[in-house]
Amino acid sequence: MSILDWFTKDDARNSRYEERLNIPGDLWAQCPQCKEAIYLKTLASNFRVCDCHYHFRLSPEERIQMIFDDGSFSEIDTTLEAVDFLKFADTEPYSDRLKKAKKKTKHADAIVIGMATLHQLPVNIGVMDFGFMGGSMGSVVGEKIARIIEHAIHNKFPLIIFTSSGGARMQEGIMSLMQMAKTSAALQQLSEVSVPYISVLCDPTTGGTSASFAMLGDVNIAEPGALISFAGPRVIEQTIRQKLPKGFQRSEFLLEKGMLDRVVHRRDMRNILTTLIRLLNPHTTKKDVV
Amino acid sequence: MKALDFEKPIYDLQEKIDELRQLAASTDMDLQSDIDAIEARADMLKAQIYASLTPGQIIQIARHPNRPNTLALANLLCSDFVELKGDRCFRDDPSIVGGVGTLGQYRVMIIGHQKGSDTKEKIRRNFGMPHPEGYRKALRLMKMADKFGMPIVTFVDTPGAYPGKEAEERGQAEAIAKNLKEMTGLCVPVVSVVIGEGGSGGALGIAVSNRILMLEYAVYSVISPEGCASILFRDASRAEYAAEKLKITAQDVVDLGIADRILPEPLGGAHHDWQVVSETIAAALADELDRLSALSREAVKADRYQKFRSFGRYKDTAIQAVSALPSAKSSKSSKKKL
Repeated sequence: MSILDWFTKDDARNSRYEERLNIPGDLWAQCPQCKEAIYLKTLASNFRVCDCHYHFRLSPEERIQMIFDDGSFSEIDTTLEAVDFLKFADTEPYSDRLKKAKKKTKHADAIVIGMATLHQLPVNIGVMDFGFMGGSMGSVVGEKIARIIEHAIHNKFPLIIFTSSGGARMQEGIMSLMQMAKTSAALQQLSEVSVPYISVLCDPTTGGTSASFAMLGDVNIAEPGALISFAGPRVIEQTIRQKLPKGFQRSEFLLEKGMLDRVVHRRDMRNILTTLIRLLNPHTTKKDVV
Repeated sequence: MKALDFEKPIYDLQEKIDELRQLAASTDMDLQSDIDAIEARADMLKAQIYASLTPGQIIQIARHPNRPNTLALANLLCSDFVELKGDRCFRDDPSIVGGVGTLGQYRVMIIGHQKGSDTKEKIRRNFGMPHPEGYRKALRLMKMADKFGMPIVTFVDTPGAYPGKEAEERGQAEAIAKNLKEMTGLCVPVVSVVIGEGGSGGALGIAVSNRILMLEYAVYSVISPEGCASILFRDASRAEYAAEKLKITAQDVVDLGIADRILPEPLGGAHHDWQVVSETIAAALADELDRLSALSREAVKADRYQKFRSFGRYKDTAIQAVSALPSAKSSKSSKKKL
């Protein structure tokens, strides 16, 4: 019997075990890939990566803390908030979904942006939050991405965006579609002033996010095993009426197809990013390099 | 002509009128007054039906198989249209067509989705759902137009970019993303006309334009109502409701500030009279190109950037706070340390 079986909820006998042992339920996490239970402290010390290389999804705070210099991050534009301008309601009103997501994530929307340093090198960063309505891109996400790009155009420091998003936010209708063009348009301006942009694609990066700023990095890097696609696997399977092969649309597959520069384990991310921005940024001064 | 569900009463009356006409021709009876009466009723019914179409019905018109398509319009608009093919990387994607011609006083590049009219052609053209090579062909042609100083006209009519295995392998997301970015860099005027279905990223991939025009019964949406219903409502039968909520009609898209202008269609839809539709489009394009051609190359590019940069609706709570406290600066007050 694996340790995991202790925590199977629908097994009355095991739940009695748990009660008897009086183990708080939040000490372990189950790996969605290998199904092993991992002690949370072990997971944290291992960049929230399982022994089987499964990369757990991260909150923006966790990611920033893991990758950038301690305490170097200062967030900007924290006061932009979504508006339910279509009065959209599916199984739940959009305004309620927003309220819940804000409460759950403590963020105003599905991305945080700001300045940080990487081995003392200043960078402009955007970090998406899949926990906020599936990281979907509506007006606020689009606006914040455009603003951090404009910061980079202005300050000439490299731009790094970590994506984790299901795509456009349907609750904002066509306006969310236009965010794809808005963010890509801003990146065109960034290209024209030769400031490097590194896109780090994390699980999952699909739909309107992959078909806009996520795929437009000067360098595209992905975390291992991330789902990266235009159309989701289920949609494709319905269209072609076939099962897709294992690993289809995962990072390693995209690397092989030429869509990514590298697949990088989370533990190496900080160093790879540092090296790349050092090498690529034509605006880096000698002082910065020391 | 394929009758749509809600048009059935009109077609039934039309049938009656035809019957009476035949009867009048084969006998000596004078049925003209009856025919006139029914025709008047048919006209009234038409006016009533088309004046109060639901978004779900408008989509059906937008998807009508006999709607004017890109190649037909290109040939109606330009007497000298020459189609150009291929992405120079992989293959020619027949779902997106393009070519050069003369439109009034302008040499133009015309690019658009092509759905195909009969079953065989529809299959060959993949129902107007492009693969990455379609977007790459479109970009190749746009860059050529930029090089030769030709304005670009795009016709949008697609259910969406193709969600298939090979499309993913060849980088559907990258192809669309690249078009969105590179179209912003073009220095020639770009005018898009949504002539049928503006299906999500697959439509936007050729529509980052200075001006976005929509035919009266065209639609433009982030996702098909069917897709939205099955994802958000978990019930594909709620497409009609989703169509309403998503705000996809020409009027909605203009009201949201995204499309600039609605081009009227003949009563009942563009499929009833291609000639009239092409004349409407020609006049509108001439207008838009006259205005845009007066701008410098840099100004054309800046105009397009500003248009797309402005899209989005959100609130800034700091700015509201600032209005109460005039001394505070919004950019500083919104900084926070993590």
